[in-house]
Amino acid sequence: MKVRVVVMPKQSVLDPQGVAVRNALKDLGLQTVESVRVGKVLELEFTTVPDEQRLHEICRDLLSNPVIEDYAIRYPSVVTM
Amino acid sequence: MKIAVLQFPGSNCDQDCLRALRDGVRVEADYLWHKDRSVLGFDAVVLPGGFSYGDYLRCGAIARFSPIMKAVVSAAKDGMPVIGICNGFQILCEAGLLPGALIRNQSLHFVCQPVWLRTETAETPFTAKLEKGRLLRMPVAHGEGSYFADSQTLEILESQDRVVFRYADELGQTTSESNPNGSFANIAGICNQERNVLGMMPHPDRAWDRRLGSEDGKLLFESLVANLELAAVR
Amino acid sequence: MATAITPGIVRSHGLNEEEFERIRTALGRNPNFTELGVFSVMWSEHCSYKNTRLELKKFPTTGPKVLVKAGEENAGVIDIGDGWAVAFKMESHNHPSAIEPFQGAATGVGGIIRDIFTMGARPVLLLDSLRFGPIHGGSSPARKNRRLFAGVVAGIAHYGNCIGIPTIGGEIYFDESYEGNPLVNVFCLGVLRHSEIVRGAAKGVGNPVFYVGSETGRDGLAGAAFASRDLTEESKQDRPAVQVGDPFKGKLLLEACLELLASGSVAGIQDMGAAGLTCSTCETASRGGTGVQIDLALVPQREQGMSPYEILLSESQERMLIIVHRGQEEKVREIFEKWDLPYALVGEVTGDGMMRVLDAGRIEVEIPADILANEAPIYVREVLAPQRPERVSIEEIPQSDAHESLIELLAHPTIASKNWVFRQYDQTVRAGTIVPPGSDAGVFYVREANKILAVTSDCNGLYCKLDPREGARIAVAEAARNLVCSGAAPLAVTDNLNFGNPYRPEIFWQLREAVEGLAEACRKFNIPVTGGNVSLYNQNPTGAVDPTPTVGMVGVVAQESWITQQSFRNRGDVIFLLGPIGDEMGATHYLKVVHGRKEGLPPRLNFELELRVQETLGSLIRHGLVQSAHDCSEGGLGIALAECCISGERRVGAGVRIGNPSDRMDLLLFNETQSRVIISASQENLEAVEKLCAAADAPLTLLGVVGGPDLVVTNGLESLSWSIPELYETWYSSIENAMSSR
Repeated sequence: MKVRVVVMPKQSVLDPQGVAVRNALKDLGLQTVESVRVGKVLELEFTTVPDEQRLHEICRDLLSNPVIEDYAIRYPSVVTM
Repeated sequence: MKIAVLQFPGSNCDQDCLRALRDGVRVEADYLWHKDRSVLGFDAVVLPGGFSYGDYLRCGAIARFSPIMKAVVSAAKDGMPVIGICNGFQILCEAGLLPGALIRNQSLHFVCQPVWLRTETAETPFTAKLEKGRLLRMPVAHGEGSYFADSQTLEILESQDRVVFRYADELGQTTSESNPNGSFANIAGICNQERNVLGMMPHPDRAWDRRLGSEDGKLLFESLVANLELAAVR
Repeated sequence: MATAITPGIVRSHGLNEEEFERIRTALGRNPNFTELGVFSVMWSEHCSYKNTRLELKKFPTTGPKVLVKAGEENAGVIDIGDGWAVAFKMESHNHPSAIEPFQGAATGVGGIIRDIFTMGARPVLLLDSLRFGPIHGGSSPARKNRRLFAGVVAGIAHYGNCIGIPTIGGEIYFDESYEGNPLVNVFCLGVLRHSEIVRGAAKGVGNPVFYVGSETGRDGLAGAAFASRDLTEESKQDRPAVQVGDPFKGKLLLEACLELLASGSVAGIQDMGAAGLTCSTCETASRGGTGVQIDLALVPQREQGMSPYEILLSESQERMLIIVHRGQEEKVREIFEKWDLPYALVGEVTGDGMMRVLDAGRIEVEIPADILANEAPIYVREVLAPQRPERVSIEEIPQSDAHESLIELLAHPTIASKNWVFRQYDQTVRAGTIVPPGSDAGVFYVREANKILAVTSDCNGLYCKLDPREGARIAVAEAARNLVCSGAAPLAVTDNLNFGNPYRPEIFWQLREAVEGLAEACRKFNIPVTGGNVSLYNQNPTGAVDPTPTVGMVGVVAQESWITQQSFRNRGDVIFLLGPIGDEMGATHYLKVVHGRKEGLPPRLNFELELRVQETLGSLIRHGLVQSAHDCSEGGLGIALAECCISGERRVGAGVRIGNPSDRMDLLLFNETQSRVIISASQENLEAVEKLCAAADAPLTLLGVVGGPDLVVTNGLESLSWSIPELYETWYSSIENAMSSR
């Protein structure tokens, strides 16, 4: 079963990468883009359905740094057998 | 007296730190491998710079879970002096021994240049031989060295006199030009509440030999040794 | 499931009919598809040097300090005294960098580092010599050049910084001829004791052969064959030919290998670079006078269903082949498990001289190793000399505003400060860098050996384009001059020859001329060539790159107090020009940049004069009479003076008088006559300097004094003045300004 964890920099953290991307987009003509934030997606493939609490623990301890990042867990919308 | 230099896969300043201790300060020093489980026999720990675990996921994120870090965290909580340099600083923050985090340099580029550091407090084992306001010269070399913490944390750090070094110019002014990476409040190094754990981005391990252009880094290691000697006497 | 070998398939492997016939004769049968692949990489230009071998034999490769000669192993080794030695080499990664600049450059760094530690040496420093098309302006080519430049620099930084080896010098050139075909030449130097020198030979029949390092994937399939064809629009599709490097793995591999070597259990070791497993297998067998048999089923793989062809030709990075003394296999397990690196026993050394490759027991490849490693055909290429360029006299050059011209030259990215680049490199890791990038040579303290090394890389492509022989001679002379300016005595050379298509007679003429020029200069300076690299087919749709025989040179500074830097130190110091005042304008950067003319006979090198100047400079330094020394190169005396004023930590002006009132200022400032060094000395040593130079019969002109807010140059009649801040700003920010535009 695939679970996606999306890790984004906190709003309060300066994201110079996001600023650089936004400027590049503006140069390409996308004047209406106000802001860009760059994060990462981690795709975890499990052999069995994972324990939700443990998953949150892992997200907090390893996959994200709560000082500077927020995370969100995305479960598959359709359960495939 | 013996000082440990940790080695993680991808550490690349471990040899520099060992030499700074053995040849620069003439104190006994040895490596501890990341798979070791104890710091027994050592009186202080150095976390060297480098790219532990390739800096994968986040700098220091994986290193903090290594067996040796369990022992270091425990020893630090018991008062053992611990200094984290560059990647070492990043690992200490990830491990929760120091607050805040180090994020990507504002310029998005790796930066290697000599900087001036202003000593903000002599009340740590690493700065006891210095005075407040003393300027030190040493190099930085990092891509993710910008210190970040929320406003509450920053306030605590300032009020508890836990900012140990700030980037400054040669006149001792903390200007934005003298800040190589965009760190909040020009913070280059901080300590924990108990003041036994120091994290800093610049490299004292590259400023202990006149040939390298500066011997200022030696002062930090000498302070540490003097502190350990004092503690041994007690 | 055998693939039929058709003439088309042979061609697509880069082999011609003749070569195919040679293969059939050598084997006594037709090769199978996998064997054809093996021949195609081993007999490719990149691996076999089939078109250049005859020329490369012209280099002087022996000397009392040469411990491992050029051509013997992956890198040459030179004695530096007290039982210590250095292994060093320069290599190119031009074509991959044109396609994917970041990874192309990164893997170039990774590869050269492996070449060094495979000799048993710990790598301690890097240099790079880079060339790109022009980066200023809004044109599409300029934007592309900026992308390539940024990507290459980032790639080198990524690999070098992560693996923890400092970059302490190099050079960067910008010229139209490199458009679309950048040159990325990377130099690495490592240190070892004489007793630690290791060979890449499969010695000892019955010894186990281990594969260590990253798992094999489909990276860079047939990358060696790829580098042997011109870069065209189609080749951009060849993305699979670009490898992805992992410096973290590279670091683990480096440490694990050095540990294994220290344990004494290694009989032979070779890195898997170009042509990966193929090359390392047959080369070690050939060097050992033995054979090697491996089974591909035992090779760690990270992709599914790889064919023998793919496994053998894969250029996955960070892999080594290690021949271990029988009975010591446990050491490999112990060390590679400590470092969490994949390793596998894949075969053994045999006594039958064959490269034999099995796939789960079935023989896939069976070729005499020598035929692959040494019996590639040797070709004699045709040469066609072009018309010799004419001398350019100052009268033919329109008067320019010399004041403006200096600024223009200073802003040209070839001359401007490279700080934008080397700020991104870790220059100080390993705590040994004494003189960082920005001076005439990088100077490094090797703590283990208590030795001070100086290193530099040089080549003026413009000179080489117009007179390859002279340009090559000058490249060697300039490198030696740079080392002597830094207080070192030159020891040895590595060369990286970058040329176009060798099948074009006018290009091969350039190569032959350059090789003969390099060889002659090395003999005159008594500096052996310890090895190097040839990169051919450096062309793009508009033509070949300027012939660029890059010279990397190493020297030793015998005493710390002799270390000398290029910038003026103290107000009041006197300034001398050691060497002739000069008047040669052909092939100068002034002519190219200010007048848009890439033409003229380059300056002539007078060996005798050059040696005299270098020896005199060395003597002055040894007597403690020199505060700073900087040689004159691109941009002549004017640029050299400006650099002396602005490149140090403390910037300072100077007042200089040169030439006669009847001399044109641009002639005095921008001629590029060779064998010239600007030195500064303290006032009280003025007489001693003059005395020493007179005794040595070395031309010396007192130019002036350090000090003041401006650089002032006069010929007695006309006087030009530049403010130091203006010079500094122009020089310092030029590349940064170009790179911050879109």
